[in-house]
Amino acid sequence: MKPVLWLVAAAFAGSAHAQGRAIALDQVRSGSTFLSKDLREMQQDDLANPAMLWAENGAKLWREPAGRDGRSCASCHQDAETSMRGVATRYPRVDSASGILLNLEARINRCRTEHMAAAPLRYESNELLSLTVHVARQSRGMPLEVAIGGPARAHFEAGRAYYYQRHGQMNLSCAHCHEANWNKRLYSEAITQGQPNAYPAYRLEWQTLGSLQRRLRACLSGIRAEMLPYGSPEYHDLELFLAWRAQGLPVEAPGVRR
Amino acid sequence: MVARVQIPQQAKRGEVIEVRIVIQHSMETGFRHDDVGRLIKRNVINVLSCRYNGAEVFRADLSSGIAANPYLQFYTVADSSGEFEFSWVDDEGARGSERRSIAVSG
Repeated sequence: MKPVLWLVAAAFAGSAHAQGRAIALDQVRSGSTFLSKDLREMQQDDLANPAMLWAENGAKLWREPAGRDGRSCASCHQDAETSMRGVATRYPRVDSASGILLNLEARINRCRTEHMAAAPLRYESNELLSLTVHVARQSRGMPLEVAIGGPARAHFEAGRAYYYQRHGQMNLSCAHCHEANWNKRLYSEAITQGQPNAYPAYRLEWQTLGSLQRRLRACLSGIRAEMLPYGSPEYHDLELFLAWRAQGLPVEAPGVRR
Repeated sequence: MVARVQIPQQAKRGEVIEVRIVIQHSMETGFRHDDVGRLIKRNVINVLSCRYNGAEVFRADLSSGIAANPYLQFYTVADSSGEFEFSWVDDEGARGSERRSIAVSG
């Protein structure tokens, strides 16, 4: 009896997410609401939040010339405090010039190669994390709102397909934890909705700041699936789907997570 | 090494003030191994001290048990205008320091 019920439930869940949101907009919860009070306070306290070390470094790098032409981010964008305000709420986004879907990290690297004649920064390098967090934090408190129409549509659909696709030896999709079982526990850990609004985030497990892709890789490793290389288009598509799923959640970057 | 310090810019004489500092450091424990099984040498900030107008008001001996990017907080009494000077050194001899001034009135 029981397995049959599960199958029926799965079939219903399947049709629900094919049309709309598996987690209704008024049910969307940031990962910080699953944290202890101490960690939430740590995230909100700009001195105790260790990620602010990277943010400060990012503010410095923003003005540092790089590449052949000796230009810095500030040469074009002036003060990030004004020019980058709200930008993180719109990413990932399709670059109109190239038609490629870019997340913030990829956007920064594209700026470096296209406009600064500088080498792209390595994923998870301190420099790229610092700059990303410097850009992202200018949108702190602003609601996520990504475009999924037009050129982004195909990426969005690919991201959604990846999300609901079973992966790895455990044969789990993202939805098995983050839609069917959120607010339950996996041993001592709360299962969250897997919302991306705090990244780049300082994870206590990592003892350092990490990107959303690093977090996605940690999930893939947890379900014993193949980890794709950093910067893979699959991650970008998935990040777009995740951002759409989190629509309306305030940007918390840089967050603190367990 | 990036460090961030927070002290009040102004205080009344005799006031108890909060001093906070966070330092970017991996605080390598000495218990971890790399990908090929070699032990990673311990490298932690082993001492941090804070001088207030030249006199030491706080000192901490840190070791392997302290998490990366250590955060320290303590209290002291504001008795005269001047400068807080933090300095620290890790096992490899790398040094760091930070200064903050405070104006004390009354």
